[in-house]
Parts: sequence; structure tokens; C-alpha cells
Amino acid sequence: MADLLVDEMRVPAAFPPDAPNRKRRVSREGVIDFVGAAVAAFAAVWLLFSLAGITFGFGFVFCWAVLGYTFYGILVWRRAGVLLMKDRLATVAVWTGAVVALVALLAVVFYVVAKGAPVVFANFPHFLINDMTGGRSGDAYGVGAAIVGTLEQVGIAALISIPIAFLTATYMVESRSMLSRLVRNIVDAMTGTPSIIAGLFIYILWVIPHGVNGKSGFVAAVTLSIMMIPVTCRAALEVIRVVPGSLREAALAVGAPQWRVALRVVLPTARAGLITAGILGVARTAGETAEVLFTAGGGPHYNWNPIHGNQDDLPLRIFEQVFQPSAKAISVGWGAAFVLMSLVLTLFILARLLGSGGSRRRSFSLWHRSRSADE
Amino acid sequence: MVTLAAPPNALVDAEPVDETPLVLTAGLTSMDRAFRALLAASGAIVLVLLLSILTFLAVHSWWALRTFKLDFFTGTVWSTPIHPGVLGILVGSVIIATIAITVALPIALAIALMINEYAPPRLRAWLTALVDLLAVVPSIVFGFWGLEALNTYVHAPVAWIAEHLGFIPIFRTTEPSNYSDSVFVCGLIVAIMIIPVVASVSREVMAQAPRDACEAAFGLGGTRWGSITDVILPFSRNGVVGGVLLGISRALGETMAVVLVLSNNNVVSKAILGPGNGDIAKQIADTFPVSDVHSQSELTLAGLTLFATTLLFSLGGRFVARRSVGQG
Repeated sequence: MADLLVDEMRVPAAFPPDAPNRKRRVSREGVIDFVGAAVAAFAAVWLLFSLAGITFGFGFVFCWAVLGYTFYGILVWRRAGVLLMKDRLATVAVWTGAVVALVALLAVVFYVVAKGAPVVFANFPHFLINDMTGGRSGDAYGVGAAIVGTLEQVGIAALISIPIAFLTATYMVESRSMLSRLVRNIVDAMTGTPSIIAGLFIYILWVIPHGVNGKSGFVAAVTLSIMMIPVTCRAALEVIRVVPGSLREAALAVGAPQWRVALRVVLPTARAGLITAGILGVARTAGETAEVLFTAGGGPHYNWNPIHGNQDDLPLRIFEQVFQPSAKAISVGWGAAFVLMSLVLTLFILARLLGSGGSRRRSFSLWHRSRSADE
Repeated sequence: MVTLAAPPNALVDAEPVDETPLVLTAGLTSMDRAFRALLAASGAIVLVLLLSILTFLAVHSWWALRTFKLDFFTGTVWSTPIHPGVLGILVGSVIIATIAITVALPIALAIALMINEYAPPRLRAWLTALVDLLAVVPSIVFGFWGLEALNTYVHAPVAWIAEHLGFIPIFRTTEPSNYSDSVFVCGLIVAIMIIPVVASVSREVMAQAPRDACEAAFGLGGTRWGSITDVILPFSRNGVVGGVLLGISRALGETMAVVLVLSNNNVVSKAILGPGNGDIAKQIADTFPVSDVHSQSELTLAGLTLFATTLLFSLGGRFVARRSVGQG
């Protein structure tokens, strides 16, 4: 203790005047360091490449990034020491990585919009109404049949999956038996089921024995529900679990039987979150392709009957168009991709809004409870 | 059983009170029993579903298993129906998953840390929602984008890697200038697809790290990076590992992106920049409906192998992740 005091008294000038340590504020020196290092590295690499006569391509950007990072590290290290150097380098790395990744991911979304939206809006209502036979003019292709197929298949899958998923989630919360724990592990494991395996299973189980009549919208819906049940169930489990135990106990204390507590108290309390879970399951499965590949059958025509005959849907339509030789056919694929992505993202945003708007607490966010006390 | 004792300072009547705790026997009504049976039945449906998937696949692949026995799992060339060697296509799946997770993990951690620690608090909810949103973009859309866009974007960097880092065995290529549709491009697409998944799980776990310990680190003069390496990462290590295993199981089972992009020889090859390795999911999706009975049996066995592998990873991931929650 005494040593510490002496040390502090001996080097008072080394401490800056009292100022709050703002972790998020970037000082002017910091900016100058960073920009300076970047410029220096650019100049150095440019000089090097010019002298050596190397073409300016990917290698230039790569060398610039590596050298700039090194320069910046050395600069901060000389000015402020090793600890701050690590901190600054990590800050740059984290920001770079995160921004590059988010930009890349958003680029995918915008690429699809840029490619698909013109196709959809060039022939606006007709692209969403016509089927793939080309309408009256013969080349006005549209994804109407695919939209009908997707809506029917995903709708039927939701009708099958959501009751099962909600009841299973309730079971996992209400029961502590061995079976309950086993089911919970199985649901966890099945969220990672490769979609091709679900398609393979239904193909072996149903399509092979029934031959040419084996494929239909309903069979595809059953395949989709193999994926939808675990996804919805996990999301529902998260929201049912955060229903306060005091509510349940209060209901039990006034003499309500267990089934009424579950159906009239617990599930209504979690209503907003359950709606979110359901929509989320639908959104996640609407884009599944490998599952409907073997089971829906596809085809260019409208087929409103989900129980009989091959039916098209959006993922399958994209898959068909991708391998077509002509650019026009591929652009129909982009149109279908745009429609599918709009559908999925709209469902997702709807789920998010319903989930957060319906309850005062923010505990019903999509896959996770949000940070409870935010710092 | 909680029993309520009379408060010590309560006024006690002269008459002695019977203090044996009241035992309530809340019997189940018949509706309760029916309800419990309904719940258990729906739980059992999930169980039966998994068991029947495994059973049907096993039955269908029995012929291949009986015919080829261990040779099936050690053969390195997939050529049905006479020489199906699952290694030839399993290795491809594993390499794609490995590339994907190698690329995705640091970036996903960067996103998670950026959202939690670096980004302005006002943006945090928006960025979290954005990452979750990107996780639901359908895989066929990623595959389509990979085929049409990424293939051309990465040509220059990949050519550069092959040219300058070719001394590393995995970057060596037998077919110069043929860099598209490779295992490497597939790995990149799958990486972009699983980044939101891994980032989402990691972010959630990191958000539960004790803030007071971070504040303490700052109070002792630590840098932000210090608080990350010494508080947040040790705390969330298991959860992140769980997220990574989940991401690997996603990557292994990813079908459409690989079907659209990969052009394969179905042989084991160390080179990742050119054509070479196959992929189980792609093989099934491409050839199953047009195969004869025996090839179908072999493909089913390959599918079962893949399913077992992904189940292992996702169960492992959940197990590790749950253990970390228990510690927290």
C-alpha cells in the first residue's frame, strides 16, 4: 500500500487530468492514427507494385489491408503501449469483420431485389397471376401456379404442425417426466435435420409405393411439417417457459384444474409469443426446397387441388428455372426468388411486430429472450 | 410442500390451535388425465417421427449395408451401383462444412461482439433484428446468388490465392483457370448462410455475461478488448461452442446451395479450389429419383450416414450450450 502511494506521488505528471473514460468516444488522435496508417500503407504498396510492375488487382487490396493493419498496430504501440494496441487492433478487426459480413449478407438480399423486382414489375399483375404456360401471348410467364402451391402447401403444413408443436411445447413445460426430457432433446436434434433427409423419408415412405400418383401438394406439406414441427416447437417452448410461475400457481391455488390452467392461463399469457413462433416456423419452412423436390412434383400448370396431382411451388419453380439455358427463363427464376423472399421476410417482420407489440415486456423476441436489464 | 407457520408475534387465542399442516390432495380430474394424455401423445408424435425416419432409412438401406458391409464406409470413389464408397462424398460434405465454419466463426463472433459491445446502444435492437432476419432468407436464394454472382465475384481472389498460395497443398489446383463451382465457393456460400445463425446464438450467450464483471474490468483500467478476452469470452465459451456445432450441423445438411453450385467428380481430393469432392446431400438430390433400386439403397445409406453425423453435431451442440447455461 505504501509503495503504491509513493509511486503515485512520484509520477503525478504521468496521469492526465481527471476526465471520464468514455469507452465509445473516438478521439481525434485515434482517427488521425488510423487514417495515417491507411494512407501510408496505400502509398507503400502502390510504390512497391508500381516498381515491381505488378497488376493492381485483388493482391493490391489484400496487401494494402495487411500492411495498413500492421502500420496501425505499430503506430498505436509506439504511442500508447501494448495494451492499447491490442484494443485498437481488435476494435478495427471487429468492426471490419462485422461490417463486411453484414454488407455481404445485405448484398445478397439487394442482389435478389435488383434482379427480381424488375421482372415482377415489368409485367406486374400478370407475373403473379399467369402460370408457366405463358398466358395468351405465349411468353408472359408467371409464377401464379407456384404461389398457389406454396400457399397451400405451407398452409396445410402449418395446420398440421402448429397444434402439435404448441402441445409438445406445453408438454415439455408442464411435465417433468423422462419422456418429456427425451422429447425435448429430440426436438433440439431435429431442428438440425438436413432437409434432404425429410424429403428422402417421405419419398421412400409414400412416393415410391404410390408410383406416379405419389406426389401431391399434401405430401409436400407433410414433408414440410417434419421441419416445421421442431422449429415452431422450440420457439414456442421459449415463450411458454417465460410465463411467470406465479400466474400458474395463483390459478392452481384458486382451484383450477391443470388443463384449465394450461389452456386458459398459460397459453393466453404467451399468446403474442406463440403467434410469433407460429409465423416464424412458417417463414423458415416456406423457402425449403430439398423437401419439396421429391414430393410436390412441380409442373407448369395451375393445380388448385392439393390432394391430387403434381403441384408447383416457389422454391421448386426457382430450382427449375436456374438450370434453363435461356436468360429469360433464368430471369423468371429471379422473379420467383424475389416473390419468395418478399413473402418470407414479410412473414418474419410480421412475426416480429406481433411479438413485440403484443406484450409490454420484450421477452418475446424471436429466438431468444432479450437482455433483461439493458446495462 | 410449503407450510405457513403462525407469525411469532401474533395474538394467540386461549384455545389451542391444531398446528398439523393441512394436506391438500388435489386429485387429477378426468379432464386432467385426458389433457395429459393429449400432451404426451403430441410429444410422442415427435419421438415416433424421428424413430420412423431412422427406421425407414435403415430398412431401405439394408440391402446396401448387407452387400457392401464396411467397404461402403471406406471406399473413396462414389460410383453406383457397383462401387459406392461413401467417403468420396462424405469428405466433400465435411470439407464444405469445415470451410464454412472456418470462415463463419470469426465473422460471426465479430458481429456478435460488434452488436453487444461496440455498436451504439440505440442500434443494438435493430442490428439484432437484422441478423435474425438474414437467418430466414431461404437457402435456395443463397444458392442462386452464389451460382450467378459469387462465382464471378470470387474469381479474382481465388485465382490470386491459387497463384500465390499454391504451395499450400489445399490451395493447389490441377486445373488452372477453372475456379468456379468448386468446393471452396460452396463453402463460402454456406458460410454466408450460417453466419447469422452462429452470430445469433453467440450474441445471445455473450449478452448474458455479467455486466458488473465488465464494469469491474473497466474500473481497474482495463481496455474493452481486455474485458472481452477476460470476462465475456471465458463466460460464453461453451455457448459459442454450442452455436458452432449447430452451425456445423446446418452446414453439413445444407442441400440446395450445394446442388446449385458444386460440379463434382465424387472422388476424394485435397484440392478445394477446383472440381473434385462430391457431397452427400447433392448426390441424393441429383440422382435419387432416377436411380434403380440398388442405387437408391446405397444413396439411402449415404443419407443415413449424413443424418447420423448431423444428429451427433446438433445434439453435441445443445449439450455443450446447455451446460454453459447451467454454469451461468
